[in-house]
Parts: sequence; C-alpha cells; structure tokens
Amino acid sequence: MAINDDDVRHIAALARLGLGDARVSALVHELNGIIGHMAALQRVDTSSVRGELDGRAPLVARADVRDADPLARPIEAIGPAGTVKAHFFTVPRLGTHDGEEG
Amino acid sequence: MTPATDLLELRAADLAAHVRAGDIAPLDATTAARARITAVRAGPDFLNAIRHQDAEATSAPTHAEAALAGVPVVVKGNFATLTMPTDCGSKLLEGYVSPYEATAVRKLRAAGAVLSAKTTMDEFAMGSSNEHSAFGSVRHFLDPERVPGGSSGGSAVAVASGVVRIALGSETGGSVRQPASFCGIVGVKPTYGRVSRYGLVAFASSLDHVAVFGREVDDAALGLQVIAGVDKRDSTSVPRAVPDYRAEAGQSLAGLVVGRPREYFPGSLDPRVVALCDRACDTLRAQGAEVRDITLPNTDLAIPVYYIIAPAEASSNLARFDGVRYGNRVMGDDLAGMYEATRSRGFGAEVTRRILLGTYVLSAGYYDAYYRRAQEVRELITRDFTSAFAAGVHVMLTPTTPTPAFRLGAVSDPYEMYMNDIFTATANLAGVPAMSVPMGRIDGLPMGAQLIAAHFDESAMFRAAYALERGLGVEAHR
Amino acid sequence: MSATTWEMVVGLEVHLQLKTATKAFCACSAEFGAAPNSNTCPVCLGLPGALPVLNDACIELAIRAALAIGCAVQERSIFSRKNYFYPDLPKGYQISQFDRPLALAGGLDIVVNGVPKRVGITRLHMEEDAGKSLHDRFPGATAVDLNRAGVPLVEIVSEPDMRSSAEAGAYLRALKQVLEYANVSDCSMESGSLRVDANVSARPAGTTALRARTEIKNVNSFSNVERALDLEFARHVATWEGGGTIQQQTMLFDAAKGEVRPARSKEGSHDYRYFPEPDLPPLVVPAARIERERAALPEFPAAKVARYQSALGLSAIDANAIASSAHLARYFEALLARGTAAKLAANWLTGAALQALNERTLEPDALPGIMPVEALARIIALVADGSISSSAAKTVFGGVLADPVASPDAIVQAAGLAQVSDDSALAGWIDEVFAEHPEESARFVGGERKLQGVLIGFLMKKSKGSADPKKVAQLLGGRVKG
Ligand SMILES: [Mg+2]
Ligand SMILES: [Zn+2]
Repeated sequence: MAINDDDVRHIAALARLGLGDARVSALVHELNGIIGHMAALQRVDTSSVRGELDGRAPLVARADVRDADPLARPIEAIGPAGTVKAHFFTVPRLGTHDGEEG
Repeated sequence: MTPATDLLELRAADLAAHVRAGDIAPLDATTAARARITAVRAGPDFLNAIRHQDAEATSAPTHAEAALAGVPVVVKGNFATLTMPTDCGSKLLEGYVSPYEATAVRKLRAAGAVLSAKTTMDEFAMGSSNEHSAFGSVRHFLDPERVPGGSSGGSAVAVASGVVRIALGSETGGSVRQPASFCGIVGVKPTYGRVSRYGLVAFASSLDHVAVFGREVDDAALGLQVIAGVDKRDSTSVPRAVPDYRAEAGQSLAGLVVGRPREYFPGSLDPRVVALCDRACDTLRAQGAEVRDITLPNTDLAIPVYYIIAPAEASSNLARFDGVRYGNRVMGDDLAGMYEATRSRGFGAEVTRRILLGTYVLSAGYYDAYYRRAQEVRELITRDFTSAFAAGVHVMLTPTTPTPAFRLGAVSDPYEMYMNDIFTATANLAGVPAMSVPMGRIDGLPMGAQLIAAHFDESAMFRAAYALERGLGVEAHR
Repeated sequence: MSATTWEMVVGLEVHLQLKTATKAFCACSAEFGAAPNSNTCPVCLGLPGALPVLNDACIELAIRAALAIGCAVQERSIFSRKNYFYPDLPKGYQISQFDRPLALAGGLDIVVNGVPKRVGITRLHMEEDAGKSLHDRFPGATAVDLNRAGVPLVEIVSEPDMRSSAEAGAYLRALKQVLEYANVSDCSMESGSLRVDANVSARPAGTTALRARTEIKNVNSFSNVERALDLEFARHVATWEGGGTIQQQTMLFDAAKGEVRPARSKEGSHDYRYFPEPDLPPLVVPAARIERERAALPEFPAAKVARYQSALGLSAIDANAIASSAHLARYFEALLARGTAAKLAANWLTGAALQALNERTLEPDALPGIMPVEALARIIALVADGSISSSAAKTVFGGVLADPVASPDAIVQAAGLAQVSDDSALAGWIDEVFAEHPEESARFVGGERKLQGVLIGFLMKKSKGSADPKKVAQLLGGRVKG
C-alpha cells in the first residue's frame, strides 16, 4: 500500500494543510518510509483480542448542574487579534450552508 | 539565613518544611531560581530551556498542608496556565495565553509551589530531541552540542541545571523518561488515569500523561503526590486512593521481584548499557530483591503501533488549531485559504508529517489495516505486561534509552528518530507506570534505568527507585 | 413514453435536542437566547487542553427516547469522533456515536389512509450539536456563536421504509407525539430542537433494488418535508425517465421559492475518519438502569385512549383528541387532579380550549400559557356548583384568555356574573320583563307555553346572564293562569 502524490494531496486537503509540490514529493518519500515499518503489524496474529478492545473502567457521568470552568479572560482577549466582533468570532464569509455537515 | 544557592540544593520536601516552619521566606527559593535562570541564560551555552518567566510570582500558601510551600517549579509549555503564554513550542500558538489553568498546575499552586517559568518543548510534544521547537533547540546542560532529549527537554534541563527540584513534563511515548535519562535526573510517568490531563494540550489522548521530573527520587515522588488523584474535569482520570509514595523511601526490598525483560536487551545494545543495568540489578539484589529474567514478546511491535495511534489521535486533536477562535490566524482568499495558511505556516515539519500520517491511517479504506490493527496489537502489548505482573513480578528494570544523549542533527531520518522511544513507548501504550532513575554514565553522559510497575502500583516503582538511588549514590552519576 | 410507475423510498434522520439544563460534555447552560458566546467555557470553545465529561441527564433522556421508540438500549456503547472542519465546530470533530450506538432496532406504527404500517428505526445515538454560523450579521464575514456548541442531541435514523410523503409525514408526527410523551425534548422544528434530514430515492414499482438517493436538509416543518419529498421524487423520476442518473448528494429545500436545489459541497469533505473518542471511556448502562427507565416511562397514547374510554367514560373521539398530544393529555390530567369531572374537562378541552388554540394558530404546548390549568378548573367548578351559568362561564373563559393572570373569581365579580337564584330578585326581573314586553307576557300567562324561552331570553339579557335560568323557568311557570 504505497502512498503516492495524490494520496498526500488528498490527506493534506482533509487535514486542511497547504503543501507545495516539493513538499508533496518529500512527504511521499518520508511517509512511505514510515508506513513501510508498519507492515510488521499485518503479520501478527490478533485473533485473541478481537472484540472488546477497550478494557478501561466505564465512563462516570457528571450531574446535570451548571458548573462550567469559568474563563478568566473574555473571548475578545482569546480570539485572533481583531477577529472577535460584538462577541462573535468571525471568519471570511461562507455561503449559507456551504459545506455544512450534520 | 541560608545562602540563595543552597536553597536550590535543598530537597523540595525539606525546603517546604523550612518555609512552613517560617525559617525560609516563601519567595526566597523562587528568587534564587530566578537568579539561576538568568545565570544559565547568560552563560556561554545558551540552553534555551526556559521559554517564559513569571516575573510576578509574588506569594505562596504556607499552611500546614502546603506540601510544596515556597518550592519553585517550572512546567512544560503545553500546560494551560493563567500566567505566561501556553505556546506548545508552536508558532501557531505563539503569544496565546490560556483563560483557564490545568488541574495539575492548580494543584501545584494550591500546595504552595511557585510557578516560576514555562519551558521549551518540541512542537506539540512531537519529538525526542527538542530539535523540533519553533523557538529553537534546547541544549544539553553538559554538552551544548548534544540534545537534552525530548519532548520535555526544557523541563529536564531546568531540573538538571539546578534551577528547580521539580518540573512538570508530559509524556506520550517517553518524553519525560528519555530526557531524564539523558540529563541524569529522575523522570516519572504515572499510571494512565492517575493524574488529570485537564489543561494539558492534547497530542495523543490515549497515550498522553502528565509526568514529573525530580532532581532526586524524593522530589519526583513529592511532585507526583501533589498532582495525583481523580478530577471531575477528566473522564479518563481514575478514582483510586493515592498512596503515600514517599513512605517507600525507607522500605527494604525483601520480597520484591524485579523482572528483566529480555526484549529490552537485544544483541545490538551497547554492552556498556547492559553492564550498567547489570550493576543496577546487583544493587537491588544486594538490598533484598529477587531478579528474574522475563519476556514481553510483543515489544518489537511497540514502535509501529505507537506511530499509528499517536499520529491518528494527533491529527484529530490538532484540528482545533484552525485560527478561528485563538492562535495566530493567517488570512487567505477565503475560509479554506485561511485554514490552509494558518495551519501550514503555523505547524512545523514534524507536526505536519504526523498529522498527515495520522490522517492517512484513519482515512477511508485504511482504518482497518492500520488503526484497528494497531489497537489490537496494543492490546497484546498490554497483556504482555499484565501477565508478567500477574506472574509475580513487582517491577521491571530496563535501560530507559539505548544510548546516551546524541549530537544535535545526528538523527535525520524520522523513523530512526522514532526508534529512540523503543524502550519507553510500551509503557504509554499499556498505561502502566514507569520511571527513569540515573544509573551511571557512558562517555561522561548520564544513562537512566527504567523501572516499570503494574497499573496503579507506583509504590513498587518508587520502592525500587529509592533503593537504586541509595545504592548507586545520588550525585555520582550526574 | 414509458409506462413505468415509480415508487418513492424514504428514510428519515431526525436530530432531537435533549431537554437538559447543561450541555452534553461541559457544565455550561444549554439555554437558548443568551448573548453570543456567553454560554461557553474551555470545553465547548475547544480550547487547548480542555476535555469532555458526559452529562448524566443525556444518558437518562437518551435511554427514555430510545425506549419510547421501541429500541433496544445497548449495555455498552462507544463515543466516536467525527472529524471535519467547519468554523462552528470548535474541536474540528463532533463527538458522536458511530459503530456502537446507544440503541438499536426500534420502530413506530403509523396509519395512512386507513392502512396501518410499521416504520423500522435502525438506531438512536447520542451526539453534540455544533454552534451557529450567521452569514448575514457582518458584511463579508461569517459570525460564529458557540452557545449551541455541545448541546446534547440524539439522532434517530429510520429504515428506508416509507413509500410516500404522507407516510413520511405520519412517521414524523408519530415520532414527535411519542417523544413529547417521553418528555425528552421540546420537539420544536421552529426553534430547531427537532431537525429532519430526508433521504429519498425512486425505483420502478415492483423492483427491490435501491437506487441512488439524495439527502434533503434545511426543512423547517413537517408539511415542508412532505412538499420537499414530492418535489425531489418528481425530479428523480424525471431524471430516470429522461435516461439520466441521480448523483448521491445533499439537497437544500428553499421554502420561499418552493424548490429543492443541490447544496454546494466540497470535494473530499466526506471522509469523516471516525475513531473511538479516547477522552471518553465506554458508556456502560447496566441492565438495571435500563429497566428502571423503562418502568418510569409515562403512559403512551394508545394506552391513554383506552383508559380514557374505559375508566373515565370519554367518547372515542374525545379520548383520541386529547391523547393525540402529550401536552393536551398532561393538561387534561392536571384538570382531573384538581377534582374536575372527566367529561366536563374533556368537553372544555376539546371545545373551547382547542378552539382558542386554533384561533391563535398555537400548538397544544401553548395552552397552559393562555389558559392556566387552575383557571379552567375553577371556571368548571363555578359552573358545577351553580355559582355562574354556562353562558357566564364562556365570558369568564374569554376574560382569562385576554388576561391569563386574572383569576376567574375576580372576573366574575368585576363583571357581575355571579348567578342570581334569589326569588325576590328574579321576581323583580320578571316583573320588569312583563312590563317591557306586555304582549308576549300576556300570551304566555294565557297559556302559550312556547313563549317561555323568549321570556327567559329577555330576562337573561337583562340580568347580563347572571340569572339562574332553571329558577326563572320555575317562577315563570307559577305565573301561568290555570
Ligand atoms: Mg448526526
Ligand atoms: Zn461549555
């Protein structure tokens, strides 16, 4: 399962990372080098661990009471400089429902 | 009045006792630490360990329960703190000041510790050498041409160079134990769930641990004591009683079974490393322990498993760095352009590489072959540990690292760099506690012995660690 | 021209906001309407280092919802991360459930044109809502408000079992009815606490293979779901018949233009890279808890209809009308709890109360707001003990509608509506009526009994409805010569 240029461009798009062509070729080489070492896993017999992989203690839920960790600074002081307007975060305008997910 | 430099040489427990008793003023040690930082920074070997200093640290609780009354501490740059930026060694977060504080930091402050500085780290804790910080490499305190280890190298150097006795680091694959080994200090990674991760900026959530550096075992034990315990803000923290780790200091080793896993002593291992481990085992045996050869057969799979799971989780954890709500936004033509510019310019090469690797192994068509398979093999690795402990072993002894600190730039191939975590990543995968304790030097450079114990049995680990320190001598190996 | 008849195949995904005080994974208020980004904290802002902690009320309400729609609650379920970038998704992933949802395999019974049918429900899972993006708040910018981010939802996915828009509408109404009974959500499409995505495809009748489907989003009422399905189905049929093919894609319904059009979606954006959420251990719901929730479930509509008839003696029509809405049923039972006779309560509820709602185009949940239960119970009691006449009761009812905080007794007093049954007062009014209407009076006294009603009418008018009509009739009878 070798990784090619298109794979790198595809995953870079999924990860919202812009890459120049030179970086793409370098990453193809690096990622293939790393992924090559993962082949060892395919040879392991894992039949004894199929099913429940998560042996952690079950989740402990909290009571439905207001107890938020308060913010010591307003969002105006957290947001990228000049981008919080009238208590809204702002980004370059999107079309309505542009690429919105459910 | 004790001279300032002496204050930093006091064990944290002793300093706190003096402060509580009123014979040392609460901020004296902090002032001394500040002076030491300045000295280190101005020195010929700019170590770059300290990223931010808190000039305003002014008071500390000194009540009877303040276990760290007046003890200056530093924390790694990936802990959310109200004072000083939380930049995680990344340009993307340069200047970001958190509006809330990590649970571990709150607990340190509540115990009377004074948070003096935040330390340099590999960007988002991805690295084993501290060469991947956006703000410059950290240098080894004995040899500025060498790395201090990573990713918590800044905290390790701060402890090793005498600025503080206790520092917080974080571990995902060995990022505290490995620099502890390189720097000749103590590094403790507790059981997964023992210390709250709330406020520790996530790298790989199922592998991330808050971990502690100590100049000596006792400093690390005290530091862990203060921050351990369940937290209502971390669902993966575990409600279990926290034993008194320092009570293990005087315990004999009679009845303690030490396992020596053969997979951690491959034929390729430097014989001088093996010899140091032999000596460490002899030291434990001389104090009453029984040493057994054991096997952890799936050890060689740890690195492939680790380098699937950690990047996969990282690719998701680092998605929040999109420039929308915080961090350094870089504008593009539109929203997509803004995302790409912010993330491409904000993240360094290693972070980018791991995000892409993680995105790849989770993407449609590859999930089963990589991520699911890695989780299955991770379970096999965990079972290696649980069966060895079930068979009567209390603690395992291995080298922490295959080599002492290497030279800056010596390792350029990513996978070769990843192999640095070969002896440490297993404990992160299995969630078992592990620590590194100095065991000697090779070519004048420190080497650590790694002690690994069963889930939530940090006590057994500390018992052996105190004994090693006692038997080998604290300062001889620094 | 082909003579193929086409069959519509519909599956529905319903997102429902659970009625909790705080968000799903942080302890911020889940309330609507606060100032932008004021109900936020490190967790729901997705700040570096923050971690999710599940709200127990989500588990409780999700179990209750699952049981109400006949699903089997799984003792072990897993939260997963659904990864995608959007400005109102603070962490870059939504915490949801994927391959191990909370509940599986339920269904609802519907009846369309007298034909009963069961619509299967594939699954119910828990997840968190995203924030709100406002595209028209600032020029050239999208504004993001994260008050809604992290609010708890359940997603209920049906089987593709519906074959017409009417069946889809019936399923949605049945779902809303039963979920309102379960009291897990406001179930309001208007306020966004119930949202519907409709998957539709077309196939030649008699064939079984499913053809490519499209998903319609952004629909704001049940009737618009039906409209959108009919429009989209027609497009599919026309496309297939014209030799074209349907691409699997997301469509948006534009209610104003009455059209369905493709949403602009980005290439490659649909690889969500789900994996188990490492920040949350598995959710384990012990069988005992599931049974406890089952035992605590309220009585559902069918059982209510039966009981209202057999135990309370209501007509089938009244029983069905009341049980059709959990809000009406709750109101009805609250009247009974205040000692109101069942039949009287039913008459008022299905009569004046429903009429008042209709006139105001309000849903049943608004009834307590315009007519407090205590007020109606008091009005009915005043009639029953003879304090006011039934026509006066209508006036009092109107008075409460006009001012829901006014007490019926105060209205009765202010308007002088108390029923007068005192002989001398009534005799006085009779004398006045006789004086004002000598001709009718004379004929009545002379034996024309049929004029009694006319005279009573005059008298009621004179007394502004306060005279006791029975007593008046009795006294009038005494004046007939015979
Ligand atoms: Mg959903
Ligand atoms: Zn919140």
